[in-house]
Amino acid sequence: MAKQILSPLPGTFYRRPAPDKPAYKEVGDTVAVGDVIGLIEVMKSFNEVAADQAGVITAFPADDEEPVMAGQPLVELG
Amino acid sequence: MAIRKLLVANRGEIAVRIIRAAKELGLATVQVHSLADADSLAVKLADEAVPIGPPAASKSYLKIDAILEAARQTGADAVHPGYGFLAENADFADAVEAAGMVWVGPKGDSIRVMGDKVAARIAAKAAGVPVVPGSDGRIDDPDQARALALSIGFPVMIKAAAGGGGRGIRIAHDLEEFERLMPQASAEAKAAFGDGGLYMEKVIERARHIEVQVLGDGSRAVHCFERECSLQRRRQKVWEEAPSASLPQAMRERLCASAVALAEAVGYRGAGTLEYLYDDASGQFYFIEMNTRIQVEHPVTEMVTGLDLVREMIRIAGGEPLRYRQEDIRLKGHAIEVRICAEDPSKGFQPAPGTVAALRVPGGAGVRFDTMLYQGYTVPPFYDSLLGKLIVWDEDRPAALARMARALDELAVEGLPTTRPLHMALARDADVARADFHTRWLEPWLERNAHRLEETPK
Repeated sequence: MAKQILSPLPGTFYRRPAPDKPAYKEVGDTVAVGDVIGLIEVMKSFNEVAADQAGVITAFPADDEEPVMAGQPLVELG
Repeated sequence: MAIRKLLVANRGEIAVRIIRAAKELGLATVQVHSLADADSLAVKLADEAVPIGPPAASKSYLKIDAILEAARQTGADAVHPGYGFLAENADFADAVEAAGMVWVGPKGDSIRVMGDKVAARIAAKAAGVPVVPGSDGRIDDPDQARALALSIGFPVMIKAAAGGGGRGIRIAHDLEEFERLMPQASAEAKAAFGDGGLYMEKVIERARHIEVQVLGDGSRAVHCFERECSLQRRRQKVWEEAPSASLPQAMRERLCASAVALAEAVGYRGAGTLEYLYDDASGQFYFIEMNTRIQVEHPVTEMVTGLDLVREMIRIAGGEPLRYRQEDIRLKGHAIEVRICAEDPSKGFQPAPGTVAALRVPGGAGVRFDTMLYQGYTVPPFYDSLLGKLIVWDEDRPAALARMARALDELAVEGLPTTRPLHMALARDADVARADFHTRWLEPWLERNAHRLEETPK
């Protein structure tokens, strides 16, 4: 099974640090452990999501600015 | 226009509060909700519920068109905005009225005037209400800025006239520091906002936050005494009381009279709150802003006056004149409210949504719990963390503090962390017992008392 980075929290997933900023990561980017891949907004508090695995991003199963559950895959790594 | 069916354009505990008031007035109720709130208590209690969009507030509770469409579909003839979301959006107020419905709040133009810091300050000064000494608007000329700083006295806050968010704010403690900081502040404002214009204000270093509740019908206004909300974390109120324990009676009368004067001067309609800073060392109070809506902490005022503020604002919106003369409104006893939030005070107040596994609600004389919770309810992560407000009343402040400590002991919310441990520690704190606090008291207290903020399992 492909490696995945899961959402640690329920909330809203953001792929960019601010609406006018580029995304943290794109498909094809290399991710090292500890790299920030996005934000989860929980009750108006923003939490950075750090990669707990390394690899090359093949997909973002969760869309930008969409609700996610805790444990839901955010990133797939090849 | 008599109201028959009220649409609640909000969520959480305030939506429940509004539905209760509407039902007591014999009105039908419509609750709009996001997809994340389909099983909320407000949806269960309202006569009708209409989904208006996905979880994100920007796609549901802030969607004016969707809310007006829900009103049209259900035949609602009035809209109550609660607090937050669209409550102080003048365009929404105007749109509700343009659609032929009653807006439960002040006229859009009152929201515009009081929502603009400079315009509100000018209105306050014109009504004879003291404001924080400072520039009445932007100031561009350095000589003029220096003269003003000397006349209002140090420390002085210098901030960007454009923008906000804390950027461009400097505090100068003396003239030398002022001369150094002013060009920096101007340059930073110019870089951040493309406008180097500054605004200056005297810094009130040890102030209490005191606010006056008013009710107006567009021509006449009354006050319902004051609340003190000095216990704040990151500028968010966490504990509120009525009346203020620090205000001498003569000062209370002056403060409340000033609020009525300002409300009447702007022809205020509905429930509103005028916020002040009070410096108990000098006995000075300064108007800071007006909130043109019902506030989170309104229940403490209800407990000490016996009024139902939400019901009164609906009656006024329906066209009834104010039902009270000032002398009808009496202050009795002391009330305290604490905000129970889904945050873990032992982990830096990290918000944590979850499912309420078990709930034990405190009761007994003088205890009120305004909440959106029920057993089995899953608190969604998309909105603010307020779960409910525990409010107590008693004959005097020491008795109210003891009652609050007792009620907090009874309260149990299992399945998610709450701010209950914070309030249990505050209710037994010696400084709190003496009301010896100010708006910057709580944050250092939290650092010293971190070990007391963990929920203890029974």
